[in-house]
Amino acid sequence: MIVAQRKKIPEIFDSIQDHKSVLVLGCGTCVTVCLAGGEREVSIISSALRIASRKAGKKIKVNEFTIERQCDNVFIEGATEEIKKNDAVLSLGCGAGVQAIAERYPETPVYAGLDTAFLGILESRGVWAEKCMQCGECVLSDFGGICPVTRCAKHMLNGPCGGSREDRCEIRADQPCAWQLIYKRLKNIDQVDKISKEHPIKDWSKSINGGSRTIIREDHRI
Amino acid sequence: MNDKAFEPKIIAFCCHYCAYASADLAGSMRLQYPSGVRIIRTPCTGRLEVEYYMRAFENGADGVLVAGCLEGGCHFIEGNLFAKKRVNAIRDILQESGIEKERLRMVNISAAMATTLATVINEMVNTIKELGPNPIRKTNNGTDVEFWESIPPGKEFEILNSQQ
Repeated sequence: MIVAQRKKIPEIFDSIQDHKSVLVLGCGTCVTVCLAGGEREVSIISSALRIASRKAGKKIKVNEFTIERQCDNVFIEGATEEIKKNDAVLSLGCGAGVQAIAERYPETPVYAGLDTAFLGILESRGVWAEKCMQCGECVLSDFGGICPVTRCAKHMLNGPCGGSREDRCEIRADQPCAWQLIYKRLKNIDQVDKISKEHPIKDWSKSINGGSRTIIREDHRI
Repeated sequence: MNDKAFEPKIIAFCCHYCAYASADLAGSMRLQYPSGVRIIRTPCTGRLEVEYYMRAFENGADGVLVAGCLEGGCHFIEGNLFAKKRVNAIRDILQESGIEKERLRMVNISAAMATTLATVINEMVNTIKELGPNPIRKTNNGTDVEFWESIPPGKEFEILNSQQ
């Protein structure tokens, strides 16, 4: 899931303060699950913005609406009526959601209410952790399902680096050494010999470093 | 508004199993606390949606008091502990929005602690008297948003749930 977190209210208010009415648009998919931009967060942030607006002596009308998915045109259409009623949209979707709304409504200013952080999982209640950095060439099969590209601070494919202390990464004591995890995991699944396999230099052009990516599936195109 | 005559209006969300009973006891004991406190009974402080706190301030409340059971004494095991964390999170959002976070406070009170409840309410009233009225009431073009005087008894949750 895409994990995001709320921007500070003054920053959000600063971006919307010149409009008379703003639609706070939530997204019912990833950001709902990571408790950043779902219906409840729409309600809380709208309330905070109404308070901030009145405190600043302005009369900004803040409306609320949530759609199932902001990154999909089929769902975005469901918000057309609400978007047209307002001067601007404050999207509580991830970066993709904000851009999808902006592309779909070229005349309407769209602002981001969240900072999109990473692609991760819910580790325990209230704790989200990054697991994938979308490098474009998955190496998980070689590492027992633990990603050294994302979880090793040095993105090492031929680790470990030797800097870890008591299975903790040298950059931070709360960060486990990915290579330690990989070793334990490979040992558990009886594939420890894989750790000595040499990996060639990674082709980073397949990652975001090669520019924004597009996937075209001819078999699905109309 | 004349600040000398300012009587803070406080919404107190009181848990049915403890603080609400202590308010009842305070009544039986003839304990005095300021009359600007409107007590709303809740099944558990863990039941409270955080939106209620926001809505209360949005509607002009000067303060919100969340009164739950003593830690470890929640009828639903840990509802009050959840409420504590939520209240802390909303205090930050309120501060960011321009409302002093001291206006929202959570306390733990057992059903027998009527005197403590009265003390806590008095403390809260004094804190809010120092802070002054809810800033968005003052700047709302002079019109004072009267919150609970217009609410029919038993309709508090409906009002807090409704969008502005």
